[in-house]
Amino acid sequence: MRYFLRRLMQAAFLLVGVSILTFLFSALAPGNYFDDMRLNPQISPETVAALRVQYQIDRPLTVRYGRWLNALLHGEMGFSFAYNSPVAPLLWVRARNTLLLTLTATLIAWSLALPLGIWSAETRGRLPDRALAGMTAALLVIPDLVLAIGLLILAVRSGWFPTGGMNSVGFESLSQVRKFRDVAWHMELPVLALVLSALPILVRHVRAAVAEVLDAPFLRAATSHGIPQRILLYKYALRAAAIPLISLFGFSVGALLSGSLLVEVVMSWPGLGPLLLEAILARDLYVVIGGVLCSTIFLVAGNFLADVLMYWADPRIRTGVAAN
Amino acid sequence: MIQRSAWKRWLLGIAVLHGIVACAGFFAPYDPAEQDRERPYLSPMKIHLLDREGHFHFRPFFYEQQLRRGSFDQFEERTQQAIPLRFFVTGARYHLLGLLPSRTHFFGAEESRVYLVGSDAYGRDQLSRILYGGQISLLAGLLGAGLTLAISVLIGATAGYFGGWRDALLMRVAELFGALPWLYLLLALRAFLPLSVSPLQAFFLIILVIGAVGWARPARLVRGVVLSAKERDYVRAARGFGARDVYLLRRHILPETSSVILTQAAILVPQFVLAEMTLSFLGLGVPEPVPSWGSLLASLQQYSVLVSYWWMYLPALAIVPFFLGYLGLASALQQKAGTEKIVRTTSGGRW
Repeated sequence: MRYFLRRLMQAAFLLVGVSILTFLFSALAPGNYFDDMRLNPQISPETVAALRVQYQIDRPLTVRYGRWLNALLHGEMGFSFAYNSPVAPLLWVRARNTLLLTLTATLIAWSLALPLGIWSAETRGRLPDRALAGMTAALLVIPDLVLAIGLLILAVRSGWFPTGGMNSVGFESLSQVRKFRDVAWHMELPVLALVLSALPILVRHVRAAVAEVLDAPFLRAATSHGIPQRILLYKYALRAAAIPLISLFGFSVGALLSGSLLVEVVMSWPGLGPLLLEAILARDLYVVIGGVLCSTIFLVAGNFLADVLMYWADPRIRTGVAAN
Repeated sequence: MIQRSAWKRWLLGIAVLHGIVACAGFFAPYDPAEQDRERPYLSPMKIHLLDREGHFHFRPFFYEQQLRRGSFDQFEERTQQAIPLRFFVTGARYHLLGLLPSRTHFFGAEESRVYLVGSDAYGRDQLSRILYGGQISLLAGLLGAGLTLAISVLIGATAGYFGGWRDALLMRVAELFGALPWLYLLLALRAFLPLSVSPLQAFFLIILVIGAVGWARPARLVRGVVLSAKERDYVRAARGFGARDVYLLRRHILPETSSVILTQAAILVPQFVLAEMTLSFLGLGVPEPVPSWGSLLASLQQYSVLVSYWWMYLPALAIVPFFLGYLGLASALQQKAGTEKIVRTTSGGRW
């Protein structure tokens, strides 16, 4: 229990730190949303001044932070200047879409990487291992931006995939099953881009972890006792190899979140990415802060899940014998 | 023997690639800003060796492209006149490496402009823009990595050497920076800096942003090395003789971190080049008319360009050999140090 408490404390620290950090960044900003408004001849200076007062943009940073924190505790995240609506509902819709994309990609990437990596470790030095090493190396040198745009061009030229968005025209009138299939069809390409960019590193890590265990003395001893290879691999080796992989899982969530931002923008998936980009270009302060915080919450959640898995997999944590 | 110098071979390869980009003026046939309004979105030209009658020519040649009658973006070859490709031709003025004024270009043609990888919306030569754009992107990556490493060494050495509350504070902040989704952090920082600035200002802003974001991991590695180095016997002895902190750090401790720093540099540079590309692609980087690898790709955000002009994607491929080179160098350096790690560089940082 202490273990979880400590982890929760760390997560809370991270979230508070991120919010302070983004507010500090915002203090660096030489302009704000209302400066651009002032240039608009159709808006009178009085209106701008009134809005400045309404949004309390001229109050000191600490006051604004305090008020924002207070609002956050009441389930609000400030007000979007550009959308003229509260930030929280705006973020929620987009965050759901990002989550859908990221979770699917994480799931698929891991369910591909585990068997491939294990297979590679099992046959290390032989043909399947080498072929996989070549493939992962090829994928490693293609940056995700290049990959995403390349896939999009492929989609456009072949016509196999929809070229953007999340729904087809007339989505609202479809039946539930059709709706699901429509979204799934639109998801294929962005998910493919995310999976392909995450796969090589996952496969390599799985291979390294399993190969290390397979070469460990305790498994050699087990082999010499005559325990069959299959049982050896699935009953003993995987259990021992799981621990480094679980901490990698936490990292993979963060990486896929960042990757997803880019893929969303390239493939116009209505997630957090495009929203954040628009907000940045419009200097929509609280949307930017909310978006960054939202991504951090996902990350923290992913890491916490990894911690739970770790607790289950590593007896040293469960019995209180500190691993570190 | 060959195994031992693997990293040197990778380094040589990278140096050659960088050399080509650094001498963009020589290898690019044209000035990157020179427009040819007659030939927008020209597809990559075919280079021929056989002419219409089937005669073989040793000197490669091409045909001038002209608009097909009744269309506005379809070109056809004018096969009446073959234009030979020439090497070391005289063309636009440029300064080699920013110093030597010259007019000699590696290749080109006298009678008409040659577009080996096509042209963009204003009829600017894509190849020239890719080469010049590389200067911006690579320089941003190199300077950003330099800045990050300087920050990392400063913070890592302070935390590791002095320990105590400094260590605790700095490492907490490093945890914060290291844990955030990288691209979100990058965008958040960029969000609050001026948006519409001159290309030069934008360039330095980007270096600043990129350099300020990625220091967490290298700082932790430097701290680790410093922690173990400061307990060495010779360091203790030197301290016993009355050596000052600054002297100890400079003379005995920081040199130990050199191998970590080199490896980190090999990992950071491609990451930061990609970061510059991503920012410019998103319209938050170096603006037009200055080319960078990212801004060259920005036009692909328009659906019509994406559908019709596939060669606008070619600038994206320019980064791949650099990625390969740096990845090879990083893994060779790690092998040398015996600390091999698997690293994946994405726009979302590395993991």
